Amino acid sequence: MVYVVIAYLWTAILLYLLLGGADFGAGIIELFTSDNNKNRTSITMSRTIGPIWEANHMWLIIVIVILFTGFPDIYASVSTFLHIPLLIMLMGIIARGTAFAFRHYDAVEDYMQVIYNKVFRYSSFVTPFFLGIIAASAVSGTINPDAKGFADAYIISWLHFFSVSVGLFTVCICGYLAAIFLIGETQSPEEERRYIVKARSMNVAAIASGALVFLAAAYDRVPLAKWLFGNPVGITAIAAALISLLLQWILIRKGKRIIIRLLAGFQVTMLLVATTFFHYPKIILFSGERYLSLMEHHGDDKAIESLALALLIGSVFILPALFYLIYSFQKKPSAE
Amino acid sequence: MNDFIAARSQMALSLAFHIIFSCIGMVMPFFMAVSHYYYLKTGKRVFRNITKAWSKGVAIFFATGAVSGTVLSFELGLLWPVFMKNAGPIFGLPFSLEGTAFFIEAIALGFYLYGWGKFNPWFHWWTGVVVGVSGLISGILVVAANAWMNSPAGFEYADGRYFNIDPVKAMFNDAWFSQALHMCLAAFAATGFAVAGVHALMIVRRRNIEFHTKAFRIAAIFACTAAILQPLSGDHSAKDVAHRQPAKLAAMEGLFETGRHVPLLIGGIPDAKTETVKYGFEIPGMLSFMIGANTNTEVKGLDQFPVPDRPPVLITHLAFQIMVGLGMVMLGVSILYFFVLWKKRNFEKNLWLLKLFAFTTPLGFMAVEAGWVVTEVGRQPWILHGILRTKDAVTPMPGIQYSFYLFTAVYISLAIVVTLLLYRQIKMVPVLYDIDR
Repeated sequence: MVYVVIAYLWTAILLYLLLGGADFGAGIIELFTSDNNKNRTSITMSRTIGPIWEANHMWLIIVIVILFTGFPDIYASVSTFLHIPLLIMLMGIIARGTAFAFRHYDAVEDYMQVIYNKVFRYSSFVTPFFLGIIAASAVSGTINPDAKGFADAYIISWLHFFSVSVGLFTVCICGYLAAIFLIGETQSPEEERRYIVKARSMNVAAIASGALVFLAAAYDRVPLAKWLFGNPVGITAIAAALISLLLQWILIRKGKRIIIRLLAGFQVTMLLVATTFFHYPKIILFSGERYLSLMEHHGDDKAIESLALALLIGSVFILPALFYLIYSFQKKPSAE
Repeated sequence: MNDFIAARSQMALSLAFHIIFSCIGMVMPFFMAVSHYYYLKTGKRVFRNITKAWSKGVAIFFATGAVSGTVLSFELGLLWPVFMKNAGPIFGLPFSLEGTAFFIEAIALGFYLYGWGKFNPWFHWWTGVVVGVSGLISGILVVAANAWMNSPAGFEYADGRYFNIDPVKAMFNDAWFSQALHMCLAAFAATGFAVAGVHALMIVRRRNIEFHTKAFRIAAIFACTAAILQPLSGDHSAKDVAHRQPAKLAAMEGLFETGRHVPLLIGGIPDAKTETVKYGFEIPGMLSFMIGANTNTEVKGLDQFPVPDRPPVLITHLAFQIMVGLGMVMLGVSILYFFVLWKKRNFEKNLWLLKLFAFTTPLGFMAVEAGWVVTEVGRQPWILHGILRTKDAVTPMPGIQYSFYLFTAVYISLAIVVTLLLYRQIKMVPVLYDIDR
């Protein structure tokens, strides 16, 4: 049963990265759009993302529930040693979720809109940035459970070049996903061209920040290259991601909206495969060869069993409803 | 402020904030669905307008409740990692089911809010009902998880180890039903009185009378029904607490000495140091009678528990008195409302009644907060009743007070903005909906 739970955990992380990520990305795109076009972007965004907005963020809750029910040691040590980045990420989540709803539901349009927009855009950047930091810190070997000083235990655990570069990379991936998504949702050729340009610049930024991740890894002595290229799965996944990226560059101009979306999704999936496979089933790598593993440190068997059942039952309800929701509003975008 | 107090304060603040939004998020969809039903049945535009206006409220509250709920799922670990490390697998089941219910609620809300004119009208209406039902189920599941902390079940404990775990037994612990029932009725009463109160105030001010009158009626009927049923559930809960957590009951009642023919204390300031109560009014034998249907029933006082195992008696007792007092006020208003409704139908002309409702607007939520203080503070010093102390569960990270200040600032700002949004939604009713004035 533990495999069922692990599969759900991985899938929930992937879906949060893809759907939540595109959602964060839309805010990032808005942040980096010239002032003249900001409004247009935000209108397109609330039209297309509005209906699935809340659902996109439920994946994070599923991830957390799986962690604290199935892998309590992992949940407890992440939330202890990465307390500060988690706190900042939570502030981002609060600011973003409320600003998005408030700007849509404020009955009066005035200076408050400026505040909502600012808060929304900056928190769209900050939240995935810290999600990247948290993910990188979990495997960078910088958490020292025996650290005594405040800085050693609670700051150095997450603040280093490697984590920051992964944070930037996450932001670029989110922005890229959003641009690819928005290309298919525009209502004018002019707007479409704008998103194609955005997608390309996000892509260039992603490649640049990806290169930065390798440099930072080398600086911080994280054996990233060995992890990614030291096994056939990693190599294949990275190669598949690169091929898919090339195809997207070719197809992006030809108006193949659905295909480029699938390719972008596939590319990100492959990146997640490559970055999670190398240390599976270890999920937290502490300093000095210590680790927490999904196989060795899961919770009680009975708990895993009931969690797996709850997830299976849950997905019977959630998945069809979610697909129908996405399908309905793809077919006939909302007017409100 | 030391770290332990800061952690408790931050948790209390987060729950106190979240509980308002989750109550409204789970109850208002029902009001909305009723009004929508009337619209589909009668075709009257006013019901469509009410439905739309309420659905915007639901959207604002749901969005805020969703993020404050997400924050709570992290805060459990950020503040109480020792507790979660042990408790996670045992009481995780209601949370994982709640994840599903909450997810369904979010999906249904997407259909509902953005689905006007896009689907079969009854399918659209039904998605609104699903929002309410799944919200209610989430609420019940979360309360079941909290009930487990009051009434641990589904595991064995020895030498600091938890074994023989049975998550289903943990979920259906002894307290889940009485707590969930009490919370659901409270949510209906609190949200109902808040919504009815706002509409009543608008009628008193003679604004959009038809709109506000119809809206008032739907909310008031839900509110008053719940407020009349609530004392029954409260009585059931009190008996349950007397049986499971006698120290909590003793603190609620400000009872220091164990005995028979114990009086019911109304008001009063208990002093934990001198173990006496000042200024209280006593009804002889009443507490014994309420617990055991006989004045000869023995009720345990705080003297049965060593000092380190006693909950803070002053806060628990005062919060309990506030909750019960407000509950009685709402009960009275509810009975009055049904009486007026039964006597003559044009009650909206009775401005004194509407003024009374306007006055009761915040009372339900004040009672909810007070009740939550009773159950949480009354459980102290335990985070897991009788097994793990709160102070042993707190995070080792120092400096939690700064995180508490940050949360305080954020939640105060959010409360201000939400209030502004609601004010604007209400003010703009005549503009947003084509209403004849």
